[in-house]
Amino acid sequence: MAYTIEGSTGAWEVVVGLEVHAQVISKSKLFSGAATAFGAPPNSQVSFVDAAFPGMLPVPNREAIAQAVRTGLGLGAQINLVSRFDRKNYFYADLPQGYQISQFEHPIVGTGTVEIALADGSTKQIGITRLHLEQDAGKSLHDQHPSKSFIDLNRSGVALMEIVSEPDIRSPEEAGAYVKKLRSILRYLGTCDGNMEEGSLRADVNVSVRRAGEAYRTRCEVKNVNSVRFVMQAVEAEALRQIGVWESGGTVAQETRLFDPNKGETRPMRSKEDAHDYRYFPDPDLLPVVLEQAWVDELRAALPELPDAKQARFIADYGLSAYDSGVLVAEQATALFFEAVASGRDAKVAANWVTGDFFAAMNRTGRTIENPPVTAIALGRLLDLMADSTINGKIAKEVFEAMVETGRDPGAIIDAKGLRQVTDTGAIDAAVEAVIAANPQKVAEYRSGKDKLFGFFVGNVMKAMAGKGNPGLVNAALKQRLG
Amino acid sequence: MLTDLTLAQARDGLRARDFSAIELTDAYLAAIAVLNPKLNAYVTVTAAAARAQAQAADVALAAGRHAPLTGIPLAIKDLFCTKGVRTTAGSRILSAFIPPYESTVTANLLRDGAIFLGKANMDEFAMGSSNMTSAFGPVTSPWTRRGDNRRLVPGGSSGGSAAAVAAHIALGATATDTGGSIRQPASFCGITGIKPTYGRCSRWGVVAFASSLDQAGPLARTVEDAAILLGSMAGFDPQDSTSADLAVPDFAAACRRGVKGLRIGVPREYRMDGMAPEIEALWQQGLGWLRDAGAEIVDVSLPHTKYGLATYYIVAPAEASSNLARYDGVRYGARTAGEDLAALYENTRAEGFGAEVQRRVMIGTYVLSAGYYDAYYLKAQKVRALMLKDFTDVFARVDALVTPTTPTAAFAQGEKMDDPITMYLNDIFTVPANMSGIPGLSVPAGLDAQGLPLGLQVLGRPFDEETVFAVGAALERAADFTAMPGIRAGG
Repeated sequence: MAYTIEGSTGAWEVVVGLEVHAQVISKSKLFSGAATAFGAPPNSQVSFVDAAFPGMLPVPNREAIAQAVRTGLGLGAQINLVSRFDRKNYFYADLPQGYQISQFEHPIVGTGTVEIALADGSTKQIGITRLHLEQDAGKSLHDQHPSKSFIDLNRSGVALMEIVSEPDIRSPEEAGAYVKKLRSILRYLGTCDGNMEEGSLRADVNVSVRRAGEAYRTRCEVKNVNSVRFVMQAVEAEALRQIGVWESGGTVAQETRLFDPNKGETRPMRSKEDAHDYRYFPDPDLLPVVLEQAWVDELRAALPELPDAKQARFIADYGLSAYDSGVLVAEQATALFFEAVASGRDAKVAANWVTGDFFAAMNRTGRTIENPPVTAIALGRLLDLMADSTINGKIAKEVFEAMVETGRDPGAIIDAKGLRQVTDTGAIDAAVEAVIAANPQKVAEYRSGKDKLFGFFVGNVMKAMAGKGNPGLVNAALKQRLG
Repeated sequence: MLTDLTLAQARDGLRARDFSAIELTDAYLAAIAVLNPKLNAYVTVTAAAARAQAQAADVALAAGRHAPLTGIPLAIKDLFCTKGVRTTAGSRILSAFIPPYESTVTANLLRDGAIFLGKANMDEFAMGSSNMTSAFGPVTSPWTRRGDNRRLVPGGSSGGSAAAVAAHIALGATATDTGGSIRQPASFCGITGIKPTYGRCSRWGVVAFASSLDQAGPLARTVEDAAILLGSMAGFDPQDSTSADLAVPDFAAACRRGVKGLRIGVPREYRMDGMAPEIEALWQQGLGWLRDAGAEIVDVSLPHTKYGLATYYIVAPAEASSNLARYDGVRYGARTAGEDLAALYENTRAEGFGAEVQRRVMIGTYVLSAGYYDAYYLKAQKVRALMLKDFTDVFARVDALVTPTTPTAAFAQGEKMDDPITMYLNDIFTVPANMSGIPGLSVPAGLDAQGLPLGLQVLGRPFDEETVFAVGAALERAADFTAMPGIRAGG
């Protein structure tokens, strides 16, 4: 069922395309040797090139170019062996050169595809139009002084990839899924850390609405949205606004807007910031970027397994569901954790534990997959102790909680707490006898055909054994004794 | 007089300990003190630093250690950033700018032992053909017309460098050439200058005018001196993406090659209407000298020459409009306050830039703007490709081209000032080399009827400066140009 918004005059379809700005993971900037670490003191990571001193020249950073190519390969996109850097000219206090070096006409990466999974179990292909490299600007701080603006040039010249999608997205859910999937791929590739809070990943959201079957109507661009949730909210808020404009007989004007997450609405940016003639032209300080196919092939050969391939493998090799495998591959570290736990064990049991108790413990403790509440090795041992009947599943949950609590090894916890499963048939028989003796009425009912009461006896025997009875042996003993 | 020696002679004298580097430098500093007030060739004289460098050179020479330029005093065009020494680009906006770095070209010269006497005056941001656009006042040519004491221009934009070399207040000088700014002042001042192939000298640390055209080169008293200087200035620089990763040949040795068997092309399109008859005559004489020296003279055609000037005055301002955007008063340089950011920009740039720079920034902004880009900039780039093809085709048949350097001799200060187009016409023979990236040298070949020097231009294949030097040296030998300007050290 396609997503639509019901207006006062009927249903509206939403059309969305995204421009995602992803900061390239690289030790130095796109055209200078200055460092790129986040959170450094203001203006401490600025070279004479970044500050646009007279006579300074840009020199392309080979690693940043490799990162763009890796990303293009990861998006299944065309790699352009010849691309070019252009200047985008405009004046602003945090743009030292008076132009941004970008790729306008000839981007390094051409068309590609990203597949997104939706809640109803379906998947959808979102087209990638292009990916290009460009410099970031510095940062203007207008709130530090009553009459002055402060400028931090640490970010000036940092390499960004702008990844432009086709207008293939049709709902807030799809927009969110697209950003999440793109972020996942970038993180797998190690080309962008995807950290939206620090601004390493931000999205410009192009939104328009239309009646089913119509051509595209005028779009508006919502700039600099910095979380997946806000992207989804911005799509909805902007679509509702445009529907309101059309339905009241107005016309949507093409413009640049900002999303205010506090009010949940978009508002126009000052038109001054929108009225640039950027006077693009090829940067005469730089030669065209010419890549060797052999070098591209080398980069391709060194790419890690990406989420889609990994998910397919998890389904084929481990027999996991599409949902569970999707959850496990979303982050590379999670997939690695899962595989460490599943290796040599029952993969489905491992998947249940990772997506169940383990994720719950991670959320509860506020820890991360990089710094997990229980290591993959320890969780694997716990699973082994279940498999070899040292403990049963119920006790395992108790042991797991103790592992989270204390960080101790499951074997040690079991020994210390005396949680080892009882397989001594004498002890089990004794407990069975005691339960039967204490419940003559129920025994009679069971024997007269009330099979459902079997669970009652199992529960009482386990209770009598403090949960440590081997479930198989308890069952067998009860079956035999009850006849 | 020590200041009368050529660079090669001074170098040999220093090595033979006939005189010391400090004596040589002091002779130049003394001449500067007397003549610079008349010529305004230097905007900054670094006497103390020069003497310290000279003393260090003498220590090295006494120890028998010498680099190619040990003890040689030079003028540095004020477009080259010099560490700790004010670098103005001839502009008010950089009138107090002291770079914390040394340009690659000047660092190469220092590596080879050169001594810097000071920073040479120039047209503002290298935009001009007269040195009248400098924020530090015009440079006066050391030459005057016979029987006429009006002050003449030294040419531009490297007017200070050329005047200093011609007046013997520098032994040689660095310069830059975007549309003729080395060759035209060399021609006007009766000295030698070469714009090498684009990419031969690093642009790193040279204040940019038009990045795809700017190229550094030397001004010197002889072809051999220019070759020696270029040998030190040139070389691959990984800090400049457009720098050529090629070994630097022995340019000085190439000056001794001779021209026997060379094919010299004469482009018919350089025969311009209204060109002074004496320039045409000098051109023919130069070709005759080369023929006598064993070269074959061949008529050739460069059909797109006629578009050269028009396309140059699109491409160069376009790049300049973007290159000069960084002078905004925010981080360094002069600032004129305003009530908001836009006013800060407008006030700073209106105060900081002179009329010619403002004119070119406006032209450049216009030709790049939406709706005009295709008609101007893109078309100019296409014509540029055709101009390069003209040269490529011709250089399949000839080894070098010989033309006049300029359509006229030097003019007086204030002449040609009413119409910028007349001024731009000065570059008509020089811009094609910049548009195509090929090397071009100007060598003094004679005097006009009023006693002013005239130069001939030698153009060569990309990265074949050696042939250019060989042809230039042959013309120099034949011309035996010994005329000296009225204003000069010891004159």
